[in-house]
Amino acid sequence: MSATGIGAAVRRKEDHRFITGQGRYTDDVNRPGQAHAYFLRSPHAHATISGIDTGAAASMPGVLGIFTGADLAADKIGGLICGWMIHNKDGSPMRAGAHPALAQGKVRYVGDHVAVVVAETLAQAKDAAEAIVVDYQELPAVVDTATAAGAGTVIHDEAPDNTVFNWHLGDKAATDKAFAGAAHVTRLDLVNNRLVPNAMEPRAAVGDYDAGDGVFTLFTTSQNPHVARLVLSAFIGIAPENKLRVIAPDVGGGFGSKIFIYAEETVCVWAAKKVGRPVKWTADRTEAFLSDAHGRDHVTHAELATDGDGRILGLKVHTKANLGAYLSTFSSSVPTYLYAPLLSGQYNIPAIYCEVDAVYTNTAPVDAYRGAGRPEATFVIERLMEVTARQLGKDPAKFRMQNYIRSFPHQTPVIMMYDAGNYGASMKKALEMIDYKGFGKRKRDSARSGKLRGIGFSSYIEACGIAPSAAVGSLGAGVGLWESAEVRVNPVGTVEVLTGSHSHGQGHETTFAQLVSDRLGIPIDNVSIIHGDTDKVQMGMGTYGSRSGAVGMSAIFKAIDKVIAKGKKVAAHVLEADEADIDFADGHFSVKGTDRKLDFGSCALQAYVAHKFNGQELEPGLKEGAFYDPTNFTFPAGVHICELEIDPQTGVTRIERWAAVDDFGNIINPMIVEGQVHGGIAQGVGQALLEGARYDAEGQLVTASFMDYCMPRADDLPSFDVGMTVTPCPSNPLGIKGCGEAGAIASPPAVINAITDALGHEDIAMPATPQAVWRAAQKSISRLAAE
Amino acid sequence: MYAFTYHKPTSARQAATLLLKKEDSKLIAGGHTLLPTMKQRLAAPSALIDLGACPDLKGIVRKGRNVVIGAMTTHAEVAASPEVQEAIPALAYLAGHIGDPHVRHRGTIGGSVANNDPAADYPSALLALGATVVTNKRKLLAEEFFTGLYETALEEGEIVTRVSFPVASRAGYAKFRNPASRYAMVGVFVAKRGGEVRVAVTGAGEGGVFRWPEAEAALKMRFAPKSLEGLKHTAEGINGDMHADPEYRAHLIGVMAKQAVAQAIGK
Amino acid sequence: MATVSMTVNGKPVTGNVEPRTLLVQFLRENLRLTGTHVGCDTSQCGACVVHVDGKAVKSCTTLAIACEGMAVTTIEGLAAGDTLHPMQEAFREHHGLQCGYCTPGMIMAAVDMVNRRGHVLDEKTIREDLDGNICRCTGYHNIVKAIAAGAEAMGKTGMPVRQAAE
Repeated sequence: MSATGIGAAVRRKEDHRFITGQGRYTDDVNRPGQAHAYFLRSPHAHATISGIDTGAAASMPGVLGIFTGADLAADKIGGLICGWMIHNKDGSPMRAGAHPALAQGKVRYVGDHVAVVVAETLAQAKDAAEAIVVDYQELPAVVDTATAAGAGTVIHDEAPDNTVFNWHLGDKAATDKAFAGAAHVTRLDLVNNRLVPNAMEPRAAVGDYDAGDGVFTLFTTSQNPHVARLVLSAFIGIAPENKLRVIAPDVGGGFGSKIFIYAEETVCVWAAKKVGRPVKWTADRTEAFLSDAHGRDHVTHAELATDGDGRILGLKVHTKANLGAYLSTFSSSVPTYLYAPLLSGQYNIPAIYCEVDAVYTNTAPVDAYRGAGRPEATFVIERLMEVTARQLGKDPAKFRMQNYIRSFPHQTPVIMMYDAGNYGASMKKALEMIDYKGFGKRKRDSARSGKLRGIGFSSYIEACGIAPSAAVGSLGAGVGLWESAEVRVNPVGTVEVLTGSHSHGQGHETTFAQLVSDRLGIPIDNVSIIHGDTDKVQMGMGTYGSRSGAVGMSAIFKAIDKVIAKGKKVAAHVLEADEADIDFADGHFSVKGTDRKLDFGSCALQAYVAHKFNGQELEPGLKEGAFYDPTNFTFPAGVHICELEIDPQTGVTRIERWAAVDDFGNIINPMIVEGQVHGGIAQGVGQALLEGARYDAEGQLVTASFMDYCMPRADDLPSFDVGMTVTPCPSNPLGIKGCGEAGAIASPPAVINAITDALGHEDIAMPATPQAVWRAAQKSISRLAAE
Repeated sequence: MYAFTYHKPTSARQAATLLLKKEDSKLIAGGHTLLPTMKQRLAAPSALIDLGACPDLKGIVRKGRNVVIGAMTTHAEVAASPEVQEAIPALAYLAGHIGDPHVRHRGTIGGSVANNDPAADYPSALLALGATVVTNKRKLLAEEFFTGLYETALEEGEIVTRVSFPVASRAGYAKFRNPASRYAMVGVFVAKRGGEVRVAVTGAGEGGVFRWPEAEAALKMRFAPKSLEGLKHTAEGINGDMHADPEYRAHLIGVMAKQAVAQAIGK
Repeated sequence: MATVSMTVNGKPVTGNVEPRTLLVQFLRENLRLTGTHVGCDTSQCGACVVHVDGKAVKSCTTLAIACEGMAVTTIEGLAAGDTLHPMQEAFREHHGLQCGYCTPGMIMAAVDMVNRRGHVLDEKTIREDLDGNICRCTGYHNIVKAIAAGAEAMGKTGMPVRQAAE
């Protein structure tokens, strides 16, 4: 392993600009003559609009234009789309209502977009927005996930009972049969709490229009600028793709929330032409809370059947999923194909049946948030495993190991074909790291100082490397989920890689360069990674679903293969040897059995000089592109163990130890991978202990700022003990599985399993805030007293 | 924010004159409550009078049995003050735990006291220590000064100039922070001065800072955490929100009171 | 409009601002120093932390006009030419950043922490002292390591506490 190659903890190439304040985020972009947009948002969760009077506002100082849904409609600008078709149990398509970028006669959640004001300054735009008179007729709000279907108030006429779909997966008859023969059935009711992604950089957009060429440019906070361009062109109708350039510069975190195509960027780029000026919009944090797509929000009943020996026989799950007021870009896939296929966990489960009812409510749209469906599935199966072990009087680690899948490939009853893994190895290592044997003593020590100590497990699995295009197409996806790469070798042997992946914190400029440096044998400083600009990178699918390593880098790998193949042809000419006799290793092309060789840089120069190619025999140049379409999902898996202590006096939970053992397959940069694990765990701990988006009965978001929505801070978290096991992924050339979401998927059940272990009962929901834990601890104490 | 005019007087007297002269004007000290409120367009003063250049409002001095702190003294300055640390360490501790380090560099004791936010820390210290609020017009005991949620006895044109804290023989402060905002969800300041014991509670009361007479009586008998065993504050009159309902907050008053006493006696 | 003058990163600057202009707006919009970020509206996230007269403050909760005559240091002014400040170097070395958005505020807060608390910082102190800075990417694990290392490095370079950054 070289100091900068695959497997090395190379310090990040991109960091210099970030630590010196030279990062370039969308809000840092300023175009000459730029105006500012402010969106007038609905204060009501549900209302019809009988009129919008912009007259007084339009004449206020600095106002350049005020636009409503009617203006978008007049310009034939289409609504926002949902890119994944889900079918009901009866085969009929899901019932989706329209999603206009600016309201058309009705608003459906607090924060819904009513009008936009474009003015010389943001303050002037806000002033004018206050002068717009909107005639609302309020309707009752539908807020609650569990009861939305029967609420009696209809949010979209297309979905008369507020149900988007009733979907299912698995074999109901086989599962019923398995339950009929069970010795024990564990039943749980679970709520997966609604979360707000809260990337630290708020969403932003700068739209620009070049009237000379008729070209639009959109700078936007996007995880996938090409998909944004595709949707804005082909579906929304801003402009043809060749007349629309989308640039996602440095993006300050996404966690899923910047995958989607939102109203604001649509309106900003369109309005730039309307007012003849660049138009900038940046969300403030409250707007982010109100209008970024939220995550999770499931209500689930689940049952696990076991035989007399503790072997799992079957799993039944019924989930109600809240999709909010409109279907966001990938919302329908999250509680369906990103959820139910992961319910088998790491276990041999012969029969699984899952039903999902997805509902509209008068809340912000819900879509993918770090993990997207897989944390929800992991929470279901890992809570069931822990509770079942307790009910059967078994050690939770041993009970899991008893039911682990041991032979691969393994076909689950819910679509997935697990290709490789060694679940027992991760568990064994995690048990050592946390000193499981010493837990009893630590628990007694805690008890002596009046504290309740608990330990909780989570054996998670996820499907990443999203995804084989044919497979997702058959499941309803509107796009294929391959990735593209272009490797451009310059005449002096430096390399530019253009990738369709997008880095918004993942460190692609470093890890992708490591791959190139390693394979071409050139210094890492000679490699630049270019992404996030549709004028530079031809096409790409972006970064989400832990796919950039497994899919994005595989595309680069493929393109490098082609570069090496072409380089061999060049070298054969230069070295006057047969192409079949050329080897490439350590940055040199050489002739087998001789000492004749050509270093990579000289080969590149010869490729462009092209003096020795004899006419048509070989094209000059050294530049290759590749599209990589995965053949299977990848299956990162691992074991996280959380040990914590509760102060029953205050209800404060302190995490004392955290052992994480993850199998991500081969690793390019362990420093970056561990960083991804840390961040993921923090978000999962946030979900378990701190975070929860709450709407009141009128549909007002009660947690609309950091004053009320509890973000994890440094002193809420411990340091994490992170370890790895490695079973290479067989389905991609680098053996990579993906690491971006694992921490967020694994951690919530580990925390709740530890809390319930400490409490001695299961009666606690997420987030387990001090108030909730205090109340639950009182119950533990009164139970102990009664015994 | 809405537009406003800005004035920066160089003495408290000048500030008071401006405050009366400029219609709909507000004083700004550290600005850490006022500016966020104005940013959300929830407050719209037409003039701001910045007290940041008034040297007569700054400084900490020991005057006999009192520590006198100028209104524009920042939380960080109070926390780091050798005079305060020596005379009333619990007050330095309190100041050192308001907000976060950056907030403490800007926020001031005068601003906090004049605003009387029900989740602010200082009001509990003033009430428990029997402090006197000195204005450009008069002197008010803490119990006269704090009159309700965000309400004080301050009149038109009146400016807090300093706060005088009698030195207590023992004092302690403990707070339970709101998990999200980190403001005091319950803060309890206990102080023993001669034969008198005061227990003041911030963050929890529907009407702002208040005293807990039962705890004071128990601690007067013996100033130790044990004296508070079994003593429960009623949930009546206690705030409730999603982070803490009245019952939980009332319970935390007891827990924080014990912790504050333990701190006061150095345990 | 009013005129405000201050020293930013060692250079005297003057600008015309409305009184309602926040320091962060003055830095980002008037001076185009876009390294200082805005991450919230409620003075909690700390992405906007800069030093004013040597002390860390939230520039989103400070009026530009109130900084008349003061010395402001932003992330852009921390390095000495091409030589990174030890705290910047420590964040890079210990992978104390991912998306980079909270990073300028984190680094400015970390330097201030050393100025206040010295060169030896334990994990508990660092975590508690970071309660005015929110990061969504790193889980703080590597930020804590970076600050401890950066603090130590500041000591080794003989940077006097207090004036270290200015």
